Amino acid sequence: MADVSLHGVAKSFGATEILRDINLSVDDGEFVVFVGPSGCGKSTLLRIIAGLETVSGGEIRIDKKRVNELPPADRKIAMVFQSYALYPHMNVYKNMAFGLKFAKTDKAEADRRVRQAAEILKLTPLLDRKPRELSGGQRQRVAIGRAIVRNPSVFLFDEPLSNLDAALRVNTRLEIAKLHRDLGATMIYVTHDQVEAMTLASKIVVLNQGRIEQVGAPLELYRSPRNLFVAGFIGSPRMNFIKGQVLRTDGNKVTIGFAGTEATLDVRPGSVNPGDHVTVGIRPEHMEVGGADSTSLRGTIDAVEQLGESSYVYMRLASGDDVIVRAPGETEATPGGTYTAHVPARALHVFDAAGLSVLPERT
Amino acid sequence: MTIRPGRIAVHIALILYTILALGPILLILINAFKTRRAIFADPLGLPNGQTFTTIGFDRVFANSDFGLYFFNSLTVTVVSLVLIVLIGAMAAWALTEYRFRGNTLLSLYLAIGIMVPIRLGSVSILRMMVELNLVNTLTALILVYVAQGLPLAILILGEFIQQIPKDLRDAARCDGVSEYRIFFSIILPLISPAIATVAVFTMVPVWNDLWFPLILAPGDGKQTITLGVQQFIGQYVTDWNAVLASLTLAIAPVLVLYLLFSRYLVRGLTAGAVK
Repeated sequence: MADVSLHGVAKSFGATEILRDINLSVDDGEFVVFVGPSGCGKSTLLRIIAGLETVSGGEIRIDKKRVNELPPADRKIAMVFQSYALYPHMNVYKNMAFGLKFAKTDKAEADRRVRQAAEILKLTPLLDRKPRELSGGQRQRVAIGRAIVRNPSVFLFDEPLSNLDAALRVNTRLEIAKLHRDLGATMIYVTHDQVEAMTLASKIVVLNQGRIEQVGAPLELYRSPRNLFVAGFIGSPRMNFIKGQVLRTDGNKVTIGFAGTEATLDVRPGSVNPGDHVTVGIRPEHMEVGGADSTSLRGTIDAVEQLGESSYVYMRLASGDDVIVRAPGETEATPGGTYTAHVPARALHVFDAAGLSVLPERT
Repeated sequence: MTIRPGRIAVHIALILYTILALGPILLILINAFKTRRAIFADPLGLPNGQTFTTIGFDRVFANSDFGLYFFNSLTVTVVSLVLIVLIGAMAAWALTEYRFRGNTLLSLYLAIGIMVPIRLGSVSILRMMVELNLVNTLTALILVYVAQGLPLAILILGEFIQQIPKDLRDAARCDGVSEYRIFFSIILPLISPAIATVAVFTMVPVWNDLWFPLILAPGDGKQTITLGVQQFIGQYVTDWNAVLASLTLAIAPVLVLYLLFSRYLVRGLTAGAVK
């Protein structure tokens, strides 16, 4: 088992900067998820840790040893690829045993490990099959099995679920979570799906345009996103953003006017001044909550999506802002009508003109 | 099922081409078993009780060292083939997989070999072989054929190697497989259809070549089959029975090798065209 740390890692392809100054530490046994939109550099970062890409600057340490110059095989890592990357001309058993042959593993030991991994992943009846005779989920399990038999210190997953259908994705997600509990190994997982990130991670790393936007536990990112990007990326449906302005300040308390209404809340001292333009963020699921200090937002309904256990109401406020509200399952809202949502001040997020959150650290 | 006129046209074209391609071969085969008189009297007729003879074959085996010619041709073809496929695949792998200085330039240089016929360099090649003391050896022929076959082999194999998902090589690297092992255990098995294609394309011209055996290895004991046949073609008298018989014998191995590879060939030519 091992920890992983990145110090000032940078990567550019020619003049294009893919990653810049990435600093991150992953503790032993942690499940870290890199999440971000496509092209944010998350896969490149994973490949750098694997040793499949070189860095343009910085240092990578695995188990406290510098590994910049080591080939992938010597880094005690195992990687699971999005395309599974199974050797098409070898059967399941050989696929899993192939790497062991070159790691000078004793034959009997290799056989034991392959059979054990097959047992864990319920692949035993499939050991003689070729990859083309397997379903997507089975192929994915073989790919994971190939990683397990190497007995690595760090598991690397590159969007392993994105080629699976929705139901299988949920299943495999649970299997991976269980695997992490059973093996206790350090795992680094790349995805663009924030649901996968929220459900699997003990720590999420949000990447955007080659930079780390925020690192934290899933709920930490959900509760106190540090900036507009993280606020918009974590949570589904995405957070509503409404333009606002600071009306008054009184110590830590500020009053912000937005969408024809106003709300008073605590901010970090000195972070905003009266007259500043800000962005107010409200999660759709916090819009229905009523309460003494709640603010009402009224608008005309554009569309209603009934999901059964809840409904999403898409409405346009008088100020022209479009917002989504998560309403109870049996709402009477219909397109064309009006709808009023209640928001308590403590559910508001406020971001300054630079997009940074001005709220005090919430715990 | 309706048959579109376009399909009929295609099939007519294909049938015509097949007749054109197979006609001469068939002509050689049937006439090889006929008497000289019958060859000229009725070149298109099948041998019958009166005209059937194996005199051509008898003469080939009696008057010439046919077994040796055959062996020479086979040696040259097989050794060239192995070298072309092996070196070609390795070069294709290097050029597609590794980015290094001069990569594009080297690819272009090799592509020139496809466009410029090697026979243009016959004089220099002959001079070089003389200096290397390789005239009248099979080695000279093998060297020339390898040079001749490599450019196309690298082009075709490179295309195929590019289609192998990059993740596969990366997975193998994570597994600790050496670059040579990746090439031999993963890349080569996966491009076997392409190798069959290259093998057929390379084999036929090498086996059929008359030019280089004639100028590089015309000496006794080193003649290839195509050169061996020539001795029955005289300035004044040509022993048609023997010529046709030896040609018949020369066709056989190519046919066998072709059948061997053709199972892969069709797959090789169409693979990648459709997903």
